[in-house]
Amino acid sequence: MTRGTLLNLPHAALGSLLAVLRQQGYNCIGPVVRDGAIVYRRVHHVSDLPYGWHDEQMPGTYRLERSNSPRAFSWAVGPEALKPLNFASGETLWRAERNHEGQIQFEETLPAAQPTAVIGVRACDLAALQLQDQHFLDGPYRDPYYAARREQLFLVAVHCTHPADTCFCASTGDGPQAEYGFDIEMYESEAGFLVAPGSAAGEAIVGELQLSKSNDSQRAIAEEEVRQAARKQTRTLPSQNLRDKLLASLDHPHWQEVAKRCLSCGNCSSVCPTCFCHTEHDNPALDGRTTEHVREWSSCFTAEHGDISGKPIRVQTHLRYRQWLTHKLGSWHDQYGRSGCVGCGRCITWCPVGIDITKEAAAIYEAQLS
Amino acid sequence: MNNPYLPWEAEVVERVQESASIVTLRIRFTDPAIRRRYRFDVGQFNMVYLYGVGEIPVSIVSDPQDEQLLDHIVRAIGRVTRALVTLKQGDRLGIRGPYGRGWPLHEAVGKDVVLITGGLGCAPVMSVINFIVKRREHFGKLTILQGVKHANDLIWRTQYERWAMLPNTQVLLAADVAGPQWQYLVGKATILLDRAVLDATNSIAMMCGPEIMMQACVTELLQRGFNPESLWLSMERNMQCAVKHCGHCQYGPHFVCQNGPVFQYPEIDELFGHKGF
Ligand SMILES: Cc1cc2nc3c(=O)[nH]c(=O)nc-3n(C[C@H](O)[C@H](O)[C@H](O)COP(=O)(O)OP(=O)(O)OC[C@H]3O[C@@H](n4cnc5c(N)ncnc54)[C@H](O)[C@@H]3O)c2cc1C
Ligand code: SF4
Ligand code: SF4
Repeated sequence: MTRGTLLNLPHAALGSLLAVLRQQGYNCIGPVVRDGAIVYRRVHHVSDLPYGWHDEQMPGTYRLERSNSPRAFSWAVGPEALKPLNFASGETLWRAERNHEGQIQFEETLPAAQPTAVIGVRACDLAALQLQDQHFLDGPYRDPYYAARREQLFLVAVHCTHPADTCFCASTGDGPQAEYGFDIEMYESEAGFLVAPGSAAGEAIVGELQLSKSNDSQRAIAEEEVRQAARKQTRTLPSQNLRDKLLASLDHPHWQEVAKRCLSCGNCSSVCPTCFCHTEHDNPALDGRTTEHVREWSSCFTAEHGDISGKPIRVQTHLRYRQWLTHKLGSWHDQYGRSGCVGCGRCITWCPVGIDITKEAAAIYEAQLS
Repeated sequence: MNNPYLPWEAEVVERVQESASIVTLRIRFTDPAIRRRYRFDVGQFNMVYLYGVGEIPVSIVSDPQDEQLLDHIVRAIGRVTRALVTLKQGDRLGIRGPYGRGWPLHEAVGKDVVLITGGLGCAPVMSVINFIVKRREHFGKLTILQGVKHANDLIWRTQYERWAMLPNTQVLLAADVAGPQWQYLVGKATILLDRAVLDATNSIAMMCGPEIMMQACVTELLQRGFNPESLWLSMERNMQCAVKHCGHCQYGPHFVCQNGPVFQYPEIDELFGHKGF
């Protein structure tokens, strides 16, 4: 991919980017510190951004610390990806109204999505977004709820320079450099940002800012910092024939071994930016006239997920963990042409018992079947 | 309107009580434009919605050329199905569909057809039997094998007896547990295969029922020289959306709502019989 010239945007001028976005009608969302974690929320002012915050992540651990870095993006992904912005954790799909004669009228309740600019999107989350797009938009049935929100997104990527201990995007090929899917890309340094548009919409915004051109050595330093971020990552996923090996190891004793630790809580699937499972149910109003048909995120770690005719298919935890792993790292290849893991490390950090997808996959991958 | 989640209103035109817990609902869309537009294949299913209760997948058992009514056979086993079987003529519900890939009837033309069902009123296979019986001359020998747990579970006994009278047709029934009036076989569904006279080289087998039964039948048929490609199975999985989004119906790489519910055996042999998928 040919990249545009990088332009200088000093830290002090970041506010002008937000101002132009707002002027063009975008609602600005960005990383903010809430309840001890970095999540995407409405950003009113650049000071809302996590300047001087750094995260410490390990299996089962997430902690924010103050640092004296002048950067706003010296952290790795928090629990939320872009997923909830498009695929709501809970929403009404339609409303039904029943009259005195018992006739029913169905009314779709599509979200009224506003143009939304997301500041500080990471490469892994852009990769995950592409997979969710494939799932919800490219299939035989386009999901109009997801589409309504997705079409309004404007994405400002910041290449990652501070991977967490749990990150392994370099191993999955999804980061730390964002390669596609953004409207604007930014490299952050102590001095400020190097900015380039990645789409026509991005060009229109960047054009308004009237920024000076950067020089080649600035680019080289910025790119090297991102390459270093890749080198800092210690975790990897086995890359050769992982799908086939997993599917050939369905009776491997290691599934039982993981099950001794796994609580079947489903945290991993909630934080995973590619997981798409959901359930539907009705919420009838008390007056008996209207009811809302809603969907909510669900997980293959629940009994309900595999219920058929009174018999849950996956009662035991090892079967659930096996479903999650053989799907994420296996059948995704058949379904979407690649693995369902983008190496964001969230499932490792947010697992209450610190189960590590890279270690479990490796244990099954490497062990010889007896 | 392009919303794949939104049901159309439909009404119950007729209700037939088939057994204590099984009811056939004959349904029609209230909007004539949808009635004209709607088409389905044998073996496909609809999402049937009951106001305020929920939405579930139910096979369509009427004939695809019957433009008026959609027949659904519902067995009351839980929240939605128990409420569905109480619907009366004129009651309204919601329908969206049709979904999934149905039975390979084009491939069956000119061949002997073996239909194997296990369990209570296995709706998906009823649709094929009805379809073939109406177009008998296009197919070779028809073998209908139905196994039930208890003799009392057999419904449509008179229909089976009527089908047994058709030319070039064999009907075999078996119950694990026989009752006083049971004049058929006693044993598992595979006992039916022992008795059936089948031409492995020119047959197509379609089956539906508990997976353990289908597994036994697949093993038996392969042993008898059936080509794996000639075996077709209807799979059932939990379905929330039926449009390939909710993820509940995944069976390995397959979304049963889209790639199934009917599968050709080699498509699923990697996982078939593995507990937990
Ligand atoms: C493709 C397909 C075709 C089907 N065709 C027919 C048919 O023609 N006639 C018929 O009577 N039944 C059919 N079923 C089964 C029917 O959908 C379930 O019996 C029904 O969903 C149960 O809903 P419930 O609310 O009555 O039960 P619930 O109260 O929800 O639960 C009863 C039990 O049913 C199972 N179940 C719950 N939700 C689902 C679900 N969405 N899908 C599957 N199982 C579920 C659970 O194991 C639960 O324990 C079909 C299922 C599929 C997947
Ligand atoms: S499986 Fe884990 S590491 Fe991979 S994308 Fe999902 S949450 Fe991130
Ligand atoms: S792997 Fe961890 S996060 Fe996932 S279900 Fe098990 S205990 Fe919960």
